[in-house]
Amino acid sequence: MTFSRRSFLAGSSALALSSAPIIGRAQGSDKIIFASILDLSGGLDIYGAPMAETTKMAIDDINAAGGLLGREVELKLYDAQSTIQFYTQYATQAAAGDRAHTVHAGITSASREAIRPTLARFKTLYFYNTQYEGGVCDYNCFCTGSTPAQTVAKVVPYAMNKWGKKVYIVAADYNYGQITAQWMQKFVAENGGETLDVEFFPLDVTNFGPTINKIQTAKPDFVISALVGGAHVSFYRQYAAAGMMKEIPIASTTFGVGNEQKLISAEEGDGIIASYSYFEGADNAVNTEFLQRLEARLGADRPVMNELAVRSYEGAMLWAEAVKMAGTPDRDPVIEALRSGLTYNGPSGAVTIDAQTNHCNMNVYISELKDQTWNIVESFTDQPPADTQLVCDLVANPDQSTFLFENGLAAAGIE
Amino acid sequence: MSSGMLRQMRPTLVYALLGIVFMFAAPHVLQLFTIINLTTAIALAILALSLALIWGYGGILCFGQVAFFGLGAYVYTISAINIGGSTWAILIAVLLTSAFAAALGYFIFFGRVSDVYLGVITLTVTLIFFSLIRRTSGPEYKIGKALLGGFNGVSSPPINLPWDARTFLFPEQVFYVAMAALILCYVFAGWLVNTKFGRVCVSIRENELRSELLGYDVRLYKLGIFTIGAGIAAVGGVMFCNGVGRITPDVFNLYNAALTIIWVIVGGRGTLIGPAGATFALFYLTSALGGQSVLNNNLVLGVILIVFVLLVPKGVAPTVIDWVNRRRRKRPVRSRRRRRSRAEDAG
Amino acid sequence: MDLVVAVLFQLIYVIANLALISLGLAIIFGMMRVINLAHGEFLMLGGYTVVVATNMGINIWVSMLILAPLVVGIIGVIVERLLIRWLYGRMVDTLLATWGLSLLLVGIVTSIFGASTATTVSPPLGAVRIGAYSASGYELFLILITIALLVAVWMTLRFTKLGLLARGTMQNAEMASSLGVSTSRIYMITFGLGAAVSGLAGGLLAPMTGVLPTIGATYIAKAFITVISGGASILAGTAAGSVLLGGINGIFSFIAGSTFGEIALLLAAIILLRLMPRGITGRFFRKSL
Repeated sequence: MTFSRRSFLAGSSALALSSAPIIGRAQGSDKIIFASILDLSGGLDIYGAPMAETTKMAIDDINAAGGLLGREVELKLYDAQSTIQFYTQYATQAAAGDRAHTVHAGITSASREAIRPTLARFKTLYFYNTQYEGGVCDYNCFCTGSTPAQTVAKVVPYAMNKWGKKVYIVAADYNYGQITAQWMQKFVAENGGETLDVEFFPLDVTNFGPTINKIQTAKPDFVISALVGGAHVSFYRQYAAAGMMKEIPIASTTFGVGNEQKLISAEEGDGIIASYSYFEGADNAVNTEFLQRLEARLGADRPVMNELAVRSYEGAMLWAEAVKMAGTPDRDPVIEALRSGLTYNGPSGAVTIDAQTNHCNMNVYISELKDQTWNIVESFTDQPPADTQLVCDLVANPDQSTFLFENGLAAAGIE
Repeated sequence: MSSGMLRQMRPTLVYALLGIVFMFAAPHVLQLFTIINLTTAIALAILALSLALIWGYGGILCFGQVAFFGLGAYVYTISAINIGGSTWAILIAVLLTSAFAAALGYFIFFGRVSDVYLGVITLTVTLIFFSLIRRTSGPEYKIGKALLGGFNGVSSPPINLPWDARTFLFPEQVFYVAMAALILCYVFAGWLVNTKFGRVCVSIRENELRSELLGYDVRLYKLGIFTIGAGIAAVGGVMFCNGVGRITPDVFNLYNAALTIIWVIVGGRGTLIGPAGATFALFYLTSALGGQSVLNNNLVLGVILIVFVLLVPKGVAPTVIDWVNRRRRKRPVRSRRRRRSRAEDAG
Repeated sequence: MDLVVAVLFQLIYVIANLALISLGLAIIFGMMRVINLAHGEFLMLGGYTVVVATNMGINIWVSMLILAPLVVGIIGVIVERLLIRWLYGRMVDTLLATWGLSLLLVGIVTSIFGASTATTVSPPLGAVRIGAYSASGYELFLILITIALLVAVWMTLRFTKLGLLARGTMQNAEMASSLGVSTSRIYMITFGLGAAVSGLAGGLLAPMTGVLPTIGATYIAKAFITVISGGASILAGTAAGSVLLGGINGIFSFIAGSTFGEIALLLAAIILLRLMPRGITGRFFRKSL
């Protein structure tokens, strides 16, 4: 055991060195650290896995172009295992341990709300690249995903014109579903329609028989769904198996974001309408080139790109643009650069940061499913996050870090 | 404390002392984020300790120990939000959780529900909490000022100085509180199992009928240790929501319920230090697994569990203690110690 | 009237569904006093067998009714030989070992097939009309096959030599062993049969729910509670547990939504176990199979 003392000494001196957080980024300051925390295992990995792929691709693209400010960007990717406790833990590790310059993380709103205070405390720039219910008003946090005013507001009138005025809402029973359902009711009412019933389902429900009976009793013109996750795919299967798909069509703001269209058969899914800020059919040169490179990278069985995956790529690129503009990866100049109305032309089209809310103006598309493929039927350019703008003004009052819709829309002053 | 009690508690006190040394040394040696993240591990260790007490010493296989853990965290969070300070909230959390456990325990033990069936009832209670709290995401589910938040959970206010709600502790300071709580709970549990009450509980674990024939009211003893265990779990819950900064209904899920049992199995039934230590080890294992993508973490946990059940059924701590005792026995020792070689009493 | 029929149909379907997912677990528990926490994963493996087989071009009925039970049955036998047989009589340890197995299987399947699997298996048989309502014809088929399965298990236990030996072993393993019955073999066969029934159930449910590596978790708690509430008798226990809990679940789901359906089911199980700590068949139908 002669060598153990020596290795102990070496180990303890290494600890002593690394235990001086005040020195901060002294070592390894040549690299810029980009941390990403996503669910790569557990129930939410259907969303997390493609997001991780595009994040890796974004960092590789940045480094292939010579890095940022002549420095290499290093990706630290953490798997939160669909557990909230790991989000807090890895966020702390990324901010205080890796001293990351930016953290792109979170899928569910629960994970975002676990991370946000931690990163605010460590003054680490935070990007949330997921479609969500809107309402985050935080100087340190950039939400690049679409919000209900961007997608629900488009798909509801489209479906009502196409199918009729009577609507039945089914939604996942958590914050996103609850708030999205409120927006749905609001937009249905504004367009002169009638909401027959709203039903919420816990994320692990797989038997939708009773609901299908209720829908048959209510006889709506169409069903609009904000169901989420692997278990809820059963709804579409059982709905189709009962022969309902041909009688009462479905519109959705969540179907497709976990590539659900590939989990059910063509005849089960045909005719479903959805709205997102990205579909693979988005008609622009950047997108064509992006998909080609993705295929070269991952092979022909690559995951189908959806809003979450593409926005993860674009979020990383928006950050990279801001670092270039600011000339430093430090938080405050980068935030200023982002808030100066920075635009990035990505696969989904032009994405522009809205300084009032730290959300994005983006293109929005409505698509119809045919043979497991989305076909864009209508597109809208440069849609603002009008919902969050109603309640949040970071220009007038930058010093805040709140989630205004946590108590629902009524509490935020929107009826 | 009699000298006999002191002697029996010697291993416990030694470990507690080591814990205190660690508590003061860690912030100087470890990085900030490690200290902050340790708080969560410590909270889980308190949970493992509570199950080690009621399962290892009381013989009560409670599948739903996380129910008390989560309940403690929720009660703390809701009362801290309403009161605007943590001091009373911690007390309320521990008392209310213990009261709930006492009520549930009355129902179980006085109904003579035993072994697997007891496991199922406690697990079912856990799953009821899981479903119920996940149902509360609408704005109408509010207790006082606190919104329950359903699936998303509630953010927990940090601990403040006693009776001074304006001075919050920073996460790195919460580490000291959590570590102190762990050591106190550990010493308390170590003391409890060496009292007459604790010894009767062990005798009930060994032979329920015989204990009953000796005139002990088995139901009452079981209820007692069950309630105390729930109170300790609640302390863990309070520390947990402080470490994470948020409490979500996920604490009540099947995975966490089973994870608690794994810690105790791996650490060793019939000891207190084993499960607490195993919690730290497995906590770092699962954290490390999240930073890599070669091995699926379910796969690794599954293999560990199977290997332990098949090859190290007693768990790490008792196996090590047995081994040490056997080594010691080779040397001449006082005959009294030889008789006292049962791993169960070792700490 | 149509509504009543449609709702009744749903109610029966919920009960049959519960019986279907519980039966495999009940066989293993009733025969061997082993609580198999990897039961949900056996169902999941059945589902994957169907998906893989149909993707390879095998007829869906063959994959569901023959391949799924066969494959999972073989896996069950392997598991019994490698793992379970070392742990007989140690109820808690088998519980933990099978929980480890459950994690292991989820891990293996995730590593092989990925987190989500593309399936194009959709429920065959189209829709059935009940007046103004329509229901899935496949649900009707599932109800019928559950009944057929229960009858088949009953016939096996009641009328075959294997059934006789198995019942003997179940009542008194030592006595059976001293009479020359190889209890070890009986246990192996029973475990394999239980796994096969689970595989069949998983295969049958795959078109309704799809398959995911983690889908077992949505079944295990319900199956577990149904079996424990039912008590030690395999068939009577499963049937009684399913009818009671499934009935309560179905009624409350229709009135107050699916969450309250689940909560009502769980509460009913607790109250039941308080009143009858040995399950329904611990008190009633004690002599039944």
